[in-house]
Amino acid sequence: MSAPVISVTHGVVGYDGRPVLRDVSLTVTAGEVVAVLGANGSGKSTLIRAVLGLVPLGAGSVTLFGRPLRRFRQWHRIGYVPQRLGAGGGVPATVREVVASGRLARRGVLRPPGAADRAAVDAALAAVGLADRARDPVATLSGGQQQRTLIARALAGRPELLVLDEPTAGVDAHSQEAFAEALRDFVAGGGTVLLVAHELGPLRPLISRAVVVHEGGICHDGAVPEPAGHHAEPDHDHVHPHGPDEPAGLWSS
Amino acid sequence: MELFQYPYMQRALIGALVIGLAAPALGIYLVQRRLALIGDGVGHVALTGVGAGLLLNRSPVLVAVIAATIGAVTIEVVRSRGRTSGDLALALLFYGGIAGGVMLVGLSDSTSANLNAYLFGSLTTISPADLTTIAVLGVAILVTMLALRPALFAVSHDEEYARVSGLPVRTLNLLIAVTTAVTVTIAMRAVGVLLISALMVVPVATAQQVTRGFRSTMTAAMALGLFAAGAGVWVAATADTAPGASVVLLAIASFAVVAGAGAAWRALRRRSTPAPEPAPEPHEVVLH
Repeated sequence: MSAPVISVTHGVVGYDGRPVLRDVSLTVTAGEVVAVLGANGSGKSTLIRAVLGLVPLGAGSVTLFGRPLRRFRQWHRIGYVPQRLGAGGGVPATVREVVASGRLARRGVLRPPGAADRAAVDAALAAVGLADRARDPVATLSGGQQQRTLIARALAGRPELLVLDEPTAGVDAHSQEAFAEALRDFVAGGGTVLLVAHELGPLRPLISRAVVVHEGGICHDGAVPEPAGHHAEPDHDHVHPHGPDEPAGLWSS
Repeated sequence: MELFQYPYMQRALIGALVIGLAAPALGIYLVQRRLALIGDGVGHVALTGVGAGLLLNRSPVLVAVIAATIGAVTIEVVRSRGRTSGDLALALLFYGGIAGGVMLVGLSDSTSANLNAYLFGSLTTISPADLTTIAVLGVAILVTMLALRPALFAVSHDEEYARVSGLPVRTLNLLIAVTTAVTVTIAMRAVGVLLISALMVVPVATAQQVTRGFRSTMTAAMALGLFAAGAGVWVAATADTAPGASVVLLAIASFAVVAGAGAAWRALRRRSTPAPEPAPEPHEVVLH
């Protein structure tokens, strides 16, 4: 049997001495589609950031494709989709230019892009339904279209593993469908997926396993939990207020 | 025009053109990572190098390259650590740099005119050896910034993604820091340490008023830098104004013209084509 794609063993992560993940172990094997679920602040995003080496582990270990993270060099096998596109300094960039960055992991820093790179970028743009927006500045796109741009960037590198951080948060229904479609194709091609989600929406049928993170530990690992109570109603739009309605400002009594 | 028959004017023009082309090619990455004023800070530090060079009777430009590189790398280290005190650390570095420069230049037996040459530029005193340095380093900057554009774009656009792509992020960041130091030092002769940032940033700011992509912004910014440098030297020669200030004022005038024209064009288009019906936002809550 081949090595697992992702293996986290007794992972511990803390920010400024405050523990965010305590003793987390997780294994993802090839072909799985694993959703990491949990409330805001549960540590689910930290978990995937630790898997990718974006936050350092306080203790424990991570291996990717059987290699310890520290010695892992085959980054072209991984496609990462962050939560959102950074604002940057305002220099415009076209959708195509952003997606083309996804080829760097394969091509390296020094080699100029060739025909294979252009073909992969075209295919990735088509996969997320943005081929007609390729020449538009990415800042003029809707939030959902920007999210699809980031997915296309990850797909352009032809990865074996996709790691997505809240890919459907704040994304319109049409983009969610287009995104689910792209993910379905990726999984059908034998890809492995690890995604963090607040809610699954149209992705639910694709998920083969769910991991629920609660207060820095894994409290469930197995079938996708069924929504409970009013969350289960078919027309329930999943909304979580992220703060008090009225900001408790300096001038409010 | 006959002024340009003199070799010193030809050297001034060529030097200005090289810098006009190279500065925005680097500046676009600085603007993208919100470090538009970094050139200014590195310039302050370079001034200490100039002072040290004058005091030690070494080539001021050479010592300035070393000082500016140390300064730029320090700034990059502070930035990448992301400490909240980074702001203050930068302030200390900037003002320490300029104060050290003024003090060291004062201690050496050079005149205040000499200090002014580095503060505000002195294109017409470029020697053939200076021009060779400017041309060689300018071409090196251009080639690096253009050849590594995909990687430098990725790092400046989304540093975390670049890390997960396996790019040598730290090396690329240091490369930008060192290139900033080199650009500042060669541009010091043209526009002076106090005006360098303008040549790096203003053409980029002008270009992005009308461009749609990164590559087109870079090309347009380089063209604008070239224009400002060439026209600035010509204005300086014909109207007998300070070359550095003329170049920068022309760059800023281009910005005003392009920004104004862009705004007028957008207003005109809005009036001629009625705004499309705004697409309804997806419902966030079901109201009963």
